[in-house]
Amino acid sequence: MQAFTTLTGIAAPLPKANVDTDQIIPARFLKSISRLGFGKNLFANFRYREDGSENPDFVLNQEPYRKAEILIAFENFGCGSSREHAPWALLDFGIRCVIAPDFADIFHNNCFKNGILPVRLPKEVCAQLMEDAKLGANARITVDLEREVVVRPNGEEIPFKIDPLRRHLLLNGLDDIGQTLQHVASIDSFEAKQKAAQPWLYA
Amino acid sequence: MSAQKPRTLFDKIWDAHVVETLPDGTALLYIDLHLTHEVTTPQAFDGLRTAGRRVRRPDATLAVVDHNIATDDSRRTGIVDPESRLQVETLEKNVVEFGVPYIPLLDDRQGIVHVIGPELGRSLPGMTIVCGDSHTSTHGAMGALAFGIGTSEVEHVLATQTLLQKPAKNMRISVDGNLAFGCSAKDIVLAIIGRIGTAGGTGHVIEYAGDAIRALDMAGRMTVCNMSIEGGARAGMVAPDQTTYDYIAKTPNGPKGAKLARAIEWWKTLPSDAAAHFDTELRLDAHAIAPQVTWGTNPEAVLPITGTVPNPADVEDEAKRAQMERMVQYMGLTPGQRLQDLKVDVVFIGSCTNSRIEDIRAAASIAKGRKVADGVRAMVVPGSGLVKKQAEAEGLDRILKEAGFEWREAGCSMCLGMNPDKLTPGQRSASTSNRNFEGRQGPGGRTHLLSPAMAAAAAVAGHLADVRDYQPKETM
Repeated sequence: MQAFTTLTGIAAPLPKANVDTDQIIPARFLKSISRLGFGKNLFANFRYREDGSENPDFVLNQEPYRKAEILIAFENFGCGSSREHAPWALLDFGIRCVIAPDFADIFHNNCFKNGILPVRLPKEVCAQLMEDAKLGANARITVDLEREVVVRPNGEEIPFKIDPLRRHLLLNGLDDIGQTLQHVASIDSFEAKQKAAQPWLYA
Repeated sequence: MSAQKPRTLFDKIWDAHVVETLPDGTALLYIDLHLTHEVTTPQAFDGLRTAGRRVRRPDATLAVVDHNIATDDSRRTGIVDPESRLQVETLEKNVVEFGVPYIPLLDDRQGIVHVIGPELGRSLPGMTIVCGDSHTSTHGAMGALAFGIGTSEVEHVLATQTLLQKPAKNMRISVDGNLAFGCSAKDIVLAIIGRIGTAGGTGHVIEYAGDAIRALDMAGRMTVCNMSIEGGARAGMVAPDQTTYDYIAKTPNGPKGAKLARAIEWWKTLPSDAAAHFDTELRLDAHAIAPQVTWGTNPEAVLPITGTVPNPADVEDEAKRAQMERMVQYMGLTPGQRLQDLKVDVVFIGSCTNSRIEDIRAAASIAKGRKVADGVRAMVVPGSGLVKKQAEAEGLDRILKEAGFEWREAGCSMCLGMNPDKLTPGQRSASTSNRNFEGRQGPGGRTHLLSPAMAAAAAVAGHLADVRDYQPKETM
């Protein structure tokens, strides 16, 4: 997993609430057995018209947002299906950070496993950042995980909070399976105890 | 556990599964059952292979194909779509390589992962259950802590049989009294989501309680728990009781004899203590719930079937008004229009929400002696091969086919638009599934969520209809 420290980039405004993972990547595109290549179908139902051509009204089809690395949206981002293909599609497109008032739980977890930083900020701050983002290519936004601040194009700093363990893993790009396997002795002894108390759980 | 403060059902299961608590309060939580399917596992098995890791507990893992497959006879001659075929073949290769028990496509026990877990007796009270699918919340009906995870977490569970988790908040939703005529578990859960909203349960595990929940059979409890995720909660649960134990005793793979007796002894300690603390409480009067149907593009946009399409102009908040305008436009509606006047093109009875034998009986009771309206395609997709066999033994397939319904093979089918069963742009469906998101059942498709009996009524009426006009009172 790629570490996330500080990102300065173009932010795309998506002023919608309840952006579900079926919108982020429709189910018909989930058939790949790889983690890569989902970016071309990110937001497919909005990005492309029925004949397959680009919909010029959708933000990610407009300059400079084709190169967006940050996405700003409204409440309950990532609700619905647990598909990790949603963060994979965002990442494959080039988005490393999503800013919203709140996120659905599973999507929120999935982001951290893929080096994407989900930042919770109050709705009015998100609305303000969307206005900043509309200024275009010169209006770069910085997201600094080390210092836990978002820096607006005018230099104003907005603090945010990330769970300390998740912040540590993300800053260092650590795989948490390796981390968990350090506790394998505890898992062994848990299983021995559980097997004695609840034998029906074991084949 | 020594004498301690009163705990909820969730607290008790959580405490019983903490392997270790890390310094920041994150728990390493043990997972008792890991259900897997073809769509959210290929990258996880690939990760194991790359790292040279094995599956820690194949006996606590079960694989099945459900999302991607056709639900007609074509499944017998091989999967047509090359990408779908590759995904299924990849799972088949992975289960052999990693020694994971697998139910193949043409096995009678094949079905939707959230139907077969309880049906086979694999999902049990007190367990922690995960699957790379958000509707894993379904298994909470057994009195288990069951939730959906992403593919990285699937890999983590395969390798370690644990997950890194922070405890959730406790929410209790009590549904008091008796359900009114014409209503079912689906109407309860749609009414709940209408009340709490799509994010109302975020960060919480919901325990469903009250007379109306106790009175539900296991299928009904599964329907309610299934849609917890639609209210933002990762898990929903119902405390185990005699209904649960009787159900488990009849399953093919559940514990038997002395093992079952010993298990029940433990399961009886699980229900929330009387003085347990819930962070959020909500009460609903069951009798006040009318048959529900969604009109918009998220499950919180729901109304009684007697309702009319709301008018965005009445909404003050600008963002909410814009969202409602978009819903009305996408769904092809006119404000003020009666929901019962909406003509349907497709009726879908199936999905992990409503494809169990009880759901099919409910649909057949409405279909019996009636005909599907002209121009309507109506399909019934049993949740598993075993449900299908049971329905056929009861003659339900004949009733449905005579009425003009398609009787299909088990799978996720038209719930999610990733297999051959899809809506075409502009088609309006009455669907017993769980998500009415834009494009969920196929690009441009318009979904109205409702109960199996309501769906069958829509099929014979040709438009959304009030099941109470179709259901003889004595059958209730």
